[in-house]
Amino acid sequence: MQDFSTAFSLAFSLIFNADADLIEIIGLSLSVSFSAVFFSVAVGFPLGAVTAVVRFPGRQVLAVTLNALMGLPPVVVGLLVYLVISRAGPLGWMNLLYSPTAMIIAQSILITPIIAALTRQIIEDLHKEYDEQLRSFCLPESRIVMTLIWDARYSLITVVLAGFGRAIAEVGAVIVVGGNIDHLTRVMTTAIALETSKGDLSLALALGIILLILALSINAAAYILRNSAHRSAHT
Amino acid sequence: MQCFKIFLIVLSIHMSVSDARADESSIILQSTTSTANSGLYDHLLPIFKKETGITVHVVAVGTGQAIKNAKNCDGDVLLVHAKLAEQKFVSEGFGIARYDVMYNDFILVGPPEDPAKISGGQLATIALANIAMSQSQFASRADNSGTHKKEVSLWNAARIKPQQSSGHWYLETGSGMGATLNIAVGSGAYTMTDRATWISFKNKQDYKIQVEGDESLFNQYGIIQINPKRCPQVKSVQAKKLIDWMLSRKGRDVIAEYELEGQQLFFPNALTHY
Repeated sequence: MQDFSTAFSLAFSLIFNADADLIEIIGLSLSVSFSAVFFSVAVGFPLGAVTAVVRFPGRQVLAVTLNALMGLPPVVVGLLVYLVISRAGPLGWMNLLYSPTAMIIAQSILITPIIAALTRQIIEDLHKEYDEQLRSFCLPESRIVMTLIWDARYSLITVVLAGFGRAIAEVGAVIVVGGNIDHLTRVMTTAIALETSKGDLSLALALGIILLILALSINAAAYILRNSAHRSAHT
Repeated sequence: MQCFKIFLIVLSIHMSVSDARADESSIILQSTTSTANSGLYDHLLPIFKKETGITVHVVAVGTGQAIKNAKNCDGDVLLVHAKLAEQKFVSEGFGIARYDVMYNDFILVGPPEDPAKISGGQLATIALANIAMSQSQFASRADNSGTHKKEVSLWNAARIKPQQSSGHWYLETGSGMGATLNIAVGSGAYTMTDRATWISFKNKQDYKIQVEGDESLFNQYGIIQINPKRCPQVKSVQAKKLIDWMLSRKGRDVIAEYELEGQQLFFPNALTHY
């Protein structure tokens, strides 16, 4: 396959020439997905932890629902968000369709269940382990939730990365609500879809390689951060 | 908390970007894919922007999808290629008026072995009949796009119901032109495409044009301003400027001069007095 070698050389020449369009696309990909992760963490961590610790009616139903929502198809999320923010939809007056904000909303909906469900599992396991100790302190449940989140922080980094991975890699939702508009809402995945549809498979693959390198560096950075923090915490 | 602050900052930056989109100098064009993927807009829109200061954001989807989006008011101008559907769009009050902009033609492409022996044929309907008779694979868009509507009308003219063989030799991809071409090339199937997409398509491999030149393969593009009475957010002034410019002498010249691999892709045929 000649496409592979062409793709690799194309990927590296794009990176080394610091192609202006490419940098813009990468920048938007990162800022949209990072924003979605921030939002999902802000909702997902407390939601997951509360579901793990606090006993309330419907708790198990919520836990199962969160797990099921991890399998939300991106294109369905895109469609739902589209119907709400389309000019004919209930929030049409906000003029959000075909904007990065719309893409952040869609990705947040997509990954909040992932972050909440995985957080719930981790916190629940931790809670079982420390249940007696925590009970002996007679702490209010809100304190227990915060203590457990803090204690699980290193494991939760992986949760955040799982959410980020899903966000940066999905194409179905952002192409519907963003519209893949050049210089406005084009991100890595929609650019890959576009080049594939133009039959430029080498360029599409080259962009895929760059996306992979990007994901790899972010994961490596998180790994180093986690390790060094872990070490300094134990010395 | 820190995270949330950062999120708010990031979101507000994005909001300001969206505001830029909502400002007076930009409009949204709901478009068919061929005009975007062939690079026509990259050639045309910068010139339009230089003359008028208006930025045109292109959402390139199939004609059926573009019309649906326009009905939801998610755009200011519609440029597609399915005349009957366009006229219906206008008569139902979604659009103000429809103008012919330009044309090119559809072609049938297929593998060099040409199992249905259609190469060089003059009539599209006979070629399709041969494909059906020999049960050679044919990839259909099946997505309500302009190209798909044309294909269906040709099958009807040939009095063949290919859907009965769906999944057998008739492959309904439900995808865009590029994706369908990739599928056809990958599986040795025939398919129908507009000439602009074909010329700019880079994964042709050994595929060839098998049938072209039939009058029934004519491909007309039309432009419509979305009706502000139905969609109050439509930027009428800017939308009208784009349409007027596309139909003007200057616009027609710019469309006509766009070439790829030495071939003109679109032929302006707007009436001088409209």
